[in-house]
Amino acid sequence: MSDNDQQLRVSKIRNGTVIDHIAGGQALNVLAILGIDGTSGDSVSVAMNMPSDRLGHKDVVKVEGRELSQDEVDVLSLIAPAATINIIRDYDVIEKRRVERPAVVEGVLECPNHNCITTEDEPVASRFAVGDDGVRCEYCDTIIRDNLPAHILAE
Amino acid sequence: MRHDHIISAKQLSRGDIETVLDHAADIAADPGAFADRHSDTLLGMLFFEPSTRTKMSFTTAMKRLGGDIVDMGSVESSSVKKGESLADTVRVVEGYTDALVLRHPMEGSAKMASEFVDVPLVNAGDGAGQHPTQTLLDLYTIRENAGFDDLTIGIMGDLKYGRTVHSLAHALTTVDARQHFISPESLQLPRSVRYDLHEAGAGIREHTELDEVLPELDVLYVTRIQAERFPDESEYREVAGQYQIDAETLEAAKDDLTVMHPLPRVDEIAHDVDETTHAKYFQQAHNGVPVRMALLDLMLGGDQ
Ligand SMILES: [Zn+2]
Repeated sequence: MSDNDQQLRVSKIRNGTVIDHIAGGQALNVLAILGIDGTSGDSVSVAMNMPSDRLGHKDVVKVEGRELSQDEVDVLSLIAPAATINIIRDYDVIEKRRVERPAVVEGVLECPNHNCITTEDEPVASRFAVGDDGVRCEYCDTIIRDNLPAHILAE
Repeated sequence: MRHDHIISAKQLSRGDIETVLDHAADIAADPGAFADRHSDTLLGMLFFEPSTRTKMSFTTAMKRLGGDIVDMGSVESSSVKKGESLADTVRVVEGYTDALVLRHPMEGSAKMASEFVDVPLVNAGDGAGQHPTQTLLDLYTIRENAGFDDLTIGIMGDLKYGRTVHSLAHALTTVDARQHFISPESLQLPRSVRYDLHEAGAGIREHTELDEVLPELDVLYVTRIQAERFPDESEYREVAGQYQIDAETLEAAKDDLTVMHPLPRVDEIAHDVDETTHAKYFQQAHNGVPVRMALLDLMLGGDQ
């Protein structure tokens, strides 16, 4: 069975974004990193651990009424590098995007160094430079290599 | 050299470093020639934690250039106590002064503060982070005594928490020094620093004993191992004792070995070393003034 057939198990959306090929089990982290928590009223559907030819298991997220920008998509590269993004208008895919690793992610991750100025009540967003095998705080130089989802900032 | 703010020694190229050190050497040779250089300049001193020595050194440097300082005073007596953010504090004080010196207990504070001000800001230490003027005076002392060519340096003590060490080690990659790091295993260089040094193409070697490398060294940079890094007093004594040097230790060293220390020391360098020709740590401390004069002069446009 192809990935395409699997997509049908989640209801189609009229306008919005379908994020496919998320590594199995990462869907909720994808929502967290995008700051989507359901409070805006838009319908969000999540399918987890669907069989996938490419990934073994994959998650799929559909967000009705919201088109993700390339910057938002790129942040996903931290936790879902294989993700593919389909922008939907009137039930048609009008654009396909791939995630690309951004040079910097801002306001997405929380610095694990409790003595870092970005963890204080200051008017500054966290900023991490993205490297080949980790991210580095641009303020205190702390490197996060493993388990990035654990460092996603709570909205 | 053109940097609005001096936040980290990492931002300085070899050319920048040489520019500051050359200028410091000119100033040290004839300080009187610079006495009226900045007679209208006010330097704002924002020390959020006590550091008497660094503060005195900056104050001396500014006054020897003909300028003056404005001091926030201790945190207890300032509006910071009332919960003002650092971003607000620096935006207020920059209106009073021509440049700022910031010492703050949190990492990244100087970088953040610099994003809110237009006057030049010098980082005088941000938590366990950077302290670039210490690095510059260390480099000045190394260059004066051992030179940068074919330099072999040993850095010993607390390499895990010692920011002085991290900053110096990084700067030494710009002069291609051979670097040996001597410490107990529990206080070796942190991952981020080792990563940076490798990225910069540094040849670094780590040791647990000084004997292994002492005879090769042109410079031995000693730092303090603090008791609070150890679970109990007896373990601290045992470990720290292995990284103390005295005049006898140095008999195995080259005749022209330069021994440095950022001071204050406790017992990691015995007083009998002071009498040897190796001891350069007081000279190193004194070098803080011409180096900071040079940096301030360059930042405030003295090169134009
Ligand atoms: Zn940080």
